[in-house]
Amino acid sequence: MAISLDTVDYVAALAKLRVEDEEKADYADKLNQILEYMDQLSELDTEGILPMTQVLATHNVFRSDEQKPSLDREKALANAPDREGGYFRVPRIM
Amino acid sequence: MDILKMTVAELAAALNNGEMTSVEITEAYLAQIAALNQHINAYITVCPELALQMAKASDERRAQGKALSKLDGIPVALKDIICTDGVLTTCASRILSNFVPPYNATCWQKLVECGAVLLGKCNMDEFAMGSTTESSYFGPTKNPHDLTCVPGGSSGGSAAAVASLMAPYSLGTDTGGSVRQPASFCGVVGLKPTYGRISRFGVVAYASSLDQVGIFSRCVADCADILTLTAGDDPLDSTCSEAATGDYAAACNKGVKGMKIGLPKEFLAEGIDKRIITKVQEAADKLQEQGAEIIEVSLPHTRYALPAYYVLATAEASSNLARYDGIRYGVREQGDDLEETYLKSRSHGFGEEVKRRIMLGTYALSSGYYDAYYNKTLQVRTLVREDYLKVFETVDCLLTPTAPSVAYPLGSVSDNPLAMYMGDVCTVTVNMAGLPGLAVPYGLLDEKPLGLQLIGKPFDEAALFAVGSALEAAAEKIPTPAIAVKGGQRS
Repeated sequence: MAISLDTVDYVAALAKLRVEDEEKADYADKLNQILEYMDQLSELDTEGILPMTQVLATHNVFRSDEQKPSLDREKALANAPDREGGYFRVPRIM
Repeated sequence: MDILKMTVAELAAALNNGEMTSVEITEAYLAQIAALNQHINAYITVCPELALQMAKASDERRAQGKALSKLDGIPVALKDIICTDGVLTTCASRILSNFVPPYNATCWQKLVECGAVLLGKCNMDEFAMGSTTESSYFGPTKNPHDLTCVPGGSSGGSAAAVASLMAPYSLGTDTGGSVRQPASFCGVVGLKPTYGRISRFGVVAYASSLDQVGIFSRCVADCADILTLTAGDDPLDSTCSEAATGDYAAACNKGVKGMKIGLPKEFLAEGIDKRIITKVQEAADKLQEQGAEIIEVSLPHTRYALPAYYVLATAEASSNLARYDGIRYGVREQGDDLEETYLKSRSHGFGEEVKRRIMLGTYALSSGYYDAYYNKTLQVRTLVREDYLKVFETVDCLLTPTAPSVAYPLGSVSDNPLAMYMGDVCTVTVNMAGLPGLAVPYGLLDEKPLGLQLIGKPFDEAALFAVGSALEAAAEKIPTPAIAVKGGQRS
């Protein structure tokens, strides 16, 4: 399942990245080398093996629904590239 | 005694009996950084004013008999992935090159509450993605033992700072070996605790199911003391474990008599420098002389751990790094509309390796490939962990190489990502299984530091400190890098 230049475009779009035309071949080439290496996983029979999403035996942790101090609004907005009043300002959406 | 060469324990004793002040210690480190950082590039940000202010406050507390802990007044360096309230935290990325966190990561907050003094923030591979510290937006870190070589990565700055006497200890993070491998390349001790042992709150996420905060120090005993103060449950991190922590200092003096130490044959095979395999066997003999029992064991799924790791880590990264969009923080490159702003901010904000890993992870999670890659990987993870739990029924810990080689020249893997990934073959399986791993310096090879790795049972860091201390005592000492000895005396 080799990655073509079209796949590079498709994946870049999903990841919200822009890949320039002259970079595409290099991306495809390196991703294919890595995927070829990863494909050795397919030789291993994992029929019936449970997938592990977490190594810890985690359980739900509950706490009482009490208000606690939270991040100050000015501090939360301090890193905003653009803001207006108490809001983040963004370019037009549509 | 030369302040810069003292261990954390020695500094603590000197502060406690009034031989030294925190200001004196902090000034000595700041002078070393001023002389040396330009050659090694271990720090992205140095904060002299803040450090001296914290040191002064510490001295005042101590004078009133109110020292907060035994680390009160001792300086520390933090990997630039750990959020520090009011101090730039870049993750070595252009996209976060202006980010000043509004809060402290829990691991740093715990050190603040112990009275630690912040020297600065250490260089790293961008977003912790790399094994050489060459992908930093702020330029590579050099290995203090040989400036033409990499320090390892991704926590290369944290390791180089401790090795070159620019910090007495430091924190890093380890997702697939990013503490243990640079510790080995730079000749210092490096611990990746059990997954969930130290809170990840406020630590920029790379691959959340694998990431863990780790410790660099110049001796095993210091590492144990620092773990004692930083480990433990955190209401702000739901994956931080409630498992009991302890005072790990006692473990360092336990000795290895009667302990069973496994040598996994898959780690002593093709692909590893033969001389390193010989060193592992020699170390095993020395532990045996001290009363340990050495047992050959097998972890049959080891060879699948590395490809599985790179599927899993990149998949998680592609999801975690979706948050960098130039809207609420970080560098924005404004476009005509929102979509264009996302594309420009991300494409210019991330470096090449980060973009490659996002693309790889996005591909592995995309429609039609999810089962073949991602789900398969989670099944492999089960098998890898079961291998370990099985051998831990008969042994207390495992002894392996940390990396297939010692430090290599800068630039030698920069155009070949797969070759760089192969260097993680001994370390990633520990993250896949969620286990603790300790890298301990073990002499020199080709005049470069060599480190060996100990792997323990979940939450049994104590066993690693016991065996690590014995290994440390038996090892040929690694000399202080020549450049670090000269450093402080330079104008």
